[in-house]
Amino acid sequence: MKLWIPFATAAGVFVAAAILFGADWDMPPVDTEQIGYRGTGMVLIKDREKQEDLRLANVAPEPLYEADPEGDRAGDVYENVQVLGGLSDDQFNLFMASITEWVSPEQGCAYCHNEENLASDEVYTKVVARRMIQMTQAINQDWQPHVAETGVTCYTCHQGQPVPANVWSRDLGPGEKGRALGWRDGQNVVSELAGVTSLPSNALESYLLEDEQIRVHSLTALPNGENTATTKETESTWALMMHMSESLGANCMTCHNSRAFNDWDQSPPQRVTAWHGIRMARDINQTYMIGLAPVFPDNRKGPEGDVLKVSCATCHNGVQKPLYGVSMLKDYLDSLGVKTNTDVPDYTTYTPGETQIMGPAKTTSLEPVSGMGDGGKALASAD
Amino acid sequence: MALLSFERKYRVRGGTLIGGDLFDFWVGPFYVGFFGVTTAFFAGLGTALMAYGAALGPTWNIWRISIAPPDLSYGLGLAPLAEGGLWQVITICAIGAFVSWALREVEICRKLGIGYHVPFAFGVAIFAYVTLVVFRPMLLGAWGHGFPYGIFSHLDWVSNVGYQYLHFHYNPAHMLAVSLFFTTTLALSLHGGLILSAANPGRDGTLRNNPSEVKTPEHEDTFFRDIIGYSVGTLGIHRLGLVLALNAGFWSAVCIIISGPLWNQGWPEWWNWWLDLPVWR
Repeated sequence: MKLWIPFATAAGVFVAAAILFGADWDMPPVDTEQIGYRGTGMVLIKDREKQEDLRLANVAPEPLYEADPEGDRAGDVYENVQVLGGLSDDQFNLFMASITEWVSPEQGCAYCHNEENLASDEVYTKVVARRMIQMTQAINQDWQPHVAETGVTCYTCHQGQPVPANVWSRDLGPGEKGRALGWRDGQNVVSELAGVTSLPSNALESYLLEDEQIRVHSLTALPNGENTATTKETESTWALMMHMSESLGANCMTCHNSRAFNDWDQSPPQRVTAWHGIRMARDINQTYMIGLAPVFPDNRKGPEGDVLKVSCATCHNGVQKPLYGVSMLKDYLDSLGVKTNTDVPDYTTYTPGETQIMGPAKTTSLEPVSGMGDGGKALASAD
Repeated sequence: MALLSFERKYRVRGGTLIGGDLFDFWVGPFYVGFFGVTTAFFAGLGTALMAYGAALGPTWNIWRISIAPPDLSYGLGLAPLAEGGLWQVITICAIGAFVSWALREVEICRKLGIGYHVPFAFGVAIFAYVTLVVFRPMLLGAWGHGFPYGIFSHLDWVSNVGYQYLHFHYNPAHMLAVSLFFTTTLALSLHGGLILSAANPGRDGTLRNNPSEVKTPEHEDTFFRDIIGYSVGTLGIHRLGLVLALNAGFWSAVCIIISGPLWNQGWPEWWNWWLDLPVWR
């Protein structure tokens, strides 16, 4: 008997079953949206069931109550309020209740505070949270070209979890092994951050941490020697674009007409928003996440020991407008709408469990960091 | 006009599918038949409408003329002529002309007493076209999902529709279709090279092993038996070519009909079934 026949049949049945039941097939009807002139293929097609799931997963919570902006300032009432000291007592307490709901609903206040001494900075998450509040203020004030009036709050990314669901860290991917055999040049493995393609797996590091440029497009139909970008550089940009598309539940047509990816005149206006978004993510990672690295314990870092970083997916969570464009910021304008204290402490001096006040204050033996600016106010409240 | 030797057999009465003897005659070398008439009607009307559409459009540049389908907002309804209605009528004309031509081929096959290989093969091409402009738009709910009739514009459509799924090279049916297209051309080039080398005698026999005579299929078989240990044979190569070419067209149709109706994400994600196999998950 020919033994290969039953084996081949079994393998065929197995693979066919895996394809039929394992792949995440959609079924018509679908929702479609035309975003260009008719017949150009500038179309978004979305599966109704998956859209329904996304809608349920991305609902902006209502504010707990409306706070009274009058009354004593929080900075005068409480100790060590460095950033939100300008809020009223009522606003401050609403914000504290809200951030608990947004970030640590299960863990409660103790996730960031020593409940015996709420003013103490000895829990590292409190130091991180303060910096994140500064970051949120900066995003809402400085990055309006990307976040517009809608703005962001802690909930945009955290959605009830201490660590946002979609963060990334350095991925050595295929690793360093081998210089000839087994050398994969940073690609050709499944890259989760590049839409599960085999495209270069470190694209986020190149574009959302370092400031690598995306300009790989030739401007002439035939090569003339001016464009020195390699195929791999081009594929790195594609990896980033895959990540952006997947993060937003969008496709290439959302920002580009593929007949000329580079041409702004032929691109939908969303491309401008995305352009600012790339720079915003880069700024967040460079200014805020990298700077906080000394504060994070090892279990809050990636496998390569680098700090967790933001990508487009961190805020967008599969939706083109985070939380479907509902502005939570409008109820928290006083706390998150504008920058208050922008001072940065020297985080390398932080000792978990000991540091009582982590501020750019003279309470440490180190030099105050530069850019103190209007830090006097913060110091007053810190003392 | 002189008759070719095989035309004596070809020019026999009967074998028509419809109309009996009505159009069963030749104009010069061309068989007419009922479906020849309908082909001429649909092709003429469709071409005239495309000229009309071009006249309405912004350019007479042959590369840039484009007859675009309606906006998606018209759904599966009719659109005004200038806003996609022309595309709809031209699509009907195109399908009418293509199907008529295929049926005319059937009639000729019947006259010749041969199999229906040629109309069947053409039918696969028609199937691929109808998949693009009828089946897929119907499944997606709007005629606007058809491709525009223009030399450059239909290429732009292909590019954009591919990028709707982020990376179309991960579409499994597209992989099959592309592989089959390349295999078709490979087989054709091997076959063409073989025939030319066997059928073209050298000028004077001065080349070694090349007496000036046309070789037989024995030589052709010997060449491939020498080089890969097997020769598919003179009839077999044509069967192989037909299978490869028809599969290329068929899987092309499959790869586009699943894009949208059955799959709305990036195609790379489709392969999660492979990554999630219980063997190594």
